[in-house]
Amino acid sequence: MALKSPPVLFGLLARISRRTFSTSNALASKPVTVRDALNQAIDEEMERDDKVFVLGEEVAQYDGAYKVTRGLWKKYGDRRVIDTPITEIGFAGIAVGAAFAGLKPICEFMTFNFSMQAIDHIINSAAKTFYMSAGGVPVPIVFRGPNGAAAGVAAQHSQCFGAWYSHCPGLKVIMPYSSEDAKGLLKAAIRDPDPVVFLEDEILYGLQFPMSDEALSSDFVLPIGKAKIEREGSHITLVCAGKATDTALQAANELAGKGIECEVINLRTIRPLDFDTIARSIAKTHHLITVEQGWPQSGIGAEICARVMESSAFFELDAPVWRVTGADVPMPYARSLETLALPRPPDVVAAATSVLANKIANEAAI
Amino acid sequence: MALRSGLSLLRYISLRTSSRVLSTHINPEINQNGEKTAEFPGAKAPYVTEMKFLNENSYESIPIYRVLDNNGDVILANEEPTLDKETLLNMYKSMVQLNQMDKILYESQRQGRISFYMTNYGEEGMHVGSAAALSPQDLIFAQYREVGVLLYRGMTITELINQCYGNHEDPGKGRHMPVHYGSKQLNVVTISSPLATQMPQAVGAAYAFKRTPDNDRCVICYFGEGAASEGDAFAAFNFAATLDCPVILFCRNNGYAISTPSSEQYRGDGIAARGPSMGLHTIRVDGTDALAVYNAVARARELAVKNKPVLIEAMSYRVGHHSTSDDSTAYRSLEEIQKWTSDENPVQKLRLYLERKGLWNEESEKSLIKESRDFVVRTMQDAEKKKKPHWKEMFEDVYYDMPLKLQKQMHEMEDHLRKYEEHYPMENYEKE
Repeated sequence: MALKSPPVLFGLLARISRRTFSTSNALASKPVTVRDALNQAIDEEMERDDKVFVLGEEVAQYDGAYKVTRGLWKKYGDRRVIDTPITEIGFAGIAVGAAFAGLKPICEFMTFNFSMQAIDHIINSAAKTFYMSAGGVPVPIVFRGPNGAAAGVAAQHSQCFGAWYSHCPGLKVIMPYSSEDAKGLLKAAIRDPDPVVFLEDEILYGLQFPMSDEALSSDFVLPIGKAKIEREGSHITLVCAGKATDTALQAANELAGKGIECEVINLRTIRPLDFDTIARSIAKTHHLITVEQGWPQSGIGAEICARVMESSAFFELDAPVWRVTGADVPMPYARSLETLALPRPPDVVAAATSVLANKIANEAAI
Repeated sequence: MALRSGLSLLRYISLRTSSRVLSTHINPEINQNGEKTAEFPGAKAPYVTEMKFLNENSYESIPIYRVLDNNGDVILANEEPTLDKETLLNMYKSMVQLNQMDKILYESQRQGRISFYMTNYGEEGMHVGSAAALSPQDLIFAQYREVGVLLYRGMTITELINQCYGNHEDPGKGRHMPVHYGSKQLNVVTISSPLATQMPQAVGAAYAFKRTPDNDRCVICYFGEGAASEGDAFAAFNFAATLDCPVILFCRNNGYAISTPSSEQYRGDGIAARGPSMGLHTIRVDGTDALAVYNAVARARELAVKNKPVLIEAMSYRVGHHSTSDDSTAYRSLEEIQKWTSDENPVQKLRLYLERKGLWNEESEKSLIKESRDFVVRTMQDAEKKKKPHWKEMFEDVYYDMPLKLQKQMHEMEDHLRKYEEHYPMENYEKE
């Protein structure tokens, strides 16, 4: 679709010149918000492959409820950026059917809380059709949108679905943290032949992270299924993903002041899980804590604990593993309770202190 | 062309009906907006000052289009489709083969040879009528009771039976439960168990077709009147209309959703009534009349490829039980079933039509039944003896590239089987 109006053209030129400018400045890194990184990823992949299109509620003229698709409708038009009627079951189904027929849809959920209305299409159709069609019909699709707790939006808007989706074979589940994660992983997800659930975080959208020239280039893609060591350390391993990475890094800073060096592993992908990186780190630190925003039961931390138990990594541990998770209740609305219902840096600090002292008190264990 | 004039008659009737309905609601003298209609973003409609609620009796029932009467005679000569002998015989033979396959596979499930089966009795006319009107390139999203469509499209009895037995010759690699067929070559999307999921997906696929330059393909999506109660159905209607998709939404209204009769499934004038209200070209057709279904789908196809989505409600009766997990005599009388197996039997109607045209007789009937029956029995016996797919297929196609964890599991299983082979029925599985 041709450009629709001059302002878009100017915007595009501005973007191009910005990019050119930064390229000439080889060593510099540029602060970019997660929102813009996601936007870049979608834009670049739409530019690269005509089969890629975006659909969801308010993604076109309104630029997306969280402005992740800003400018895309103006650039690519109705054919490739589709505002849908309000029915998750409908547009998720449309996306799945379009993928069956050879397109590469990016299906935006305004928040993943609403994806529950469409979960049948994700679990029963997207995840299983390649298998059920005996490898005949791949489903290259990305389901994306904000996941987990925002702020002040209570029980039905503050849930992490990482564990839910990662339970299901056939799906890949990604939970980016930084702008680099967001861009490199979303591009990988769009190019991937399998269905990918891409869990973003509303709180992170507005945060700026430095992005290198390499990460800003349109060739930048990160591998799915590989974790990133955000911070090296020798005393204890903190495994986390998405927003919890922020919590873990803050805790690691504080612990460093006390002489405790944490190794912080940002999982990036929840399924397939990069357990090798976790195991290598345990072999170095001999202590492990998992940090996640979701609920404890059958959660991501629970899965990591089980994998440790089932592997030789277990013998490397000097103390039991501790999970730092969201409180096992629906998210309270009251601000003070909401804060306490999510893992905070002090929770991670306390957990690390206990684990390292090998003092896992009964009353403290959840 | 006969078809077109018939439809314009229908259009005329519906126009007359709608103008009559309209006239009961507008009183020109009390129209407060002169000749103009209201211009709300959500509705362009005339103003009235008389308060009146509409209900299901405010409109006449949508009529049921038919070509044949119960004796197989064409009611209105110019409505008879111009089908060559070969097509007509293909249609009829598919019906008979389907009946024979249903009979034998149903029994094979009763005998515990397969885990599940669903018969198609009473709905054969909708299957072959619609299949014959489509192009082989059109994409089919079926629900589960449309095997006649697949047979007509070219799926063989052997492939179908191999699927039900899940042996290594099953094109689906023995992964899906019985009757969940699919074929990429024949443009049949693998059947999905959860009801109505195929509906928005069909519209999505149609959207993908629409994007193709010079598109001449459409998507047909079959669903039952029970499935139409799912939210998916509403979403599919709405998206088909708002995205202007080349799709035919084909409702097989067979009167029952397992045991729930259509009288408990919905109120109002059936599924067809939802079409015009949601912006879909709509027709209701006699599903026991294969030629009427043919005409309706042929015309629907012309509309669909011009990005005008169509809803067809084909009326029929599910003569068989819902599935092998059901005994329908618990909730309906034998007399009721009888009526639909005799007078309104779609196979019989087409047979009588063919006989009147001199294309069929008692002898050809007998030999086709025997031939079909023998073939099904033989194929079933062969299918039963065939090996299961290689056990490794269990791990394949979960992902496009097998993840490390799955590879590890597969290798562990391989080592285990090498070591303890004698404890497993390896002889029943294909070797590499």
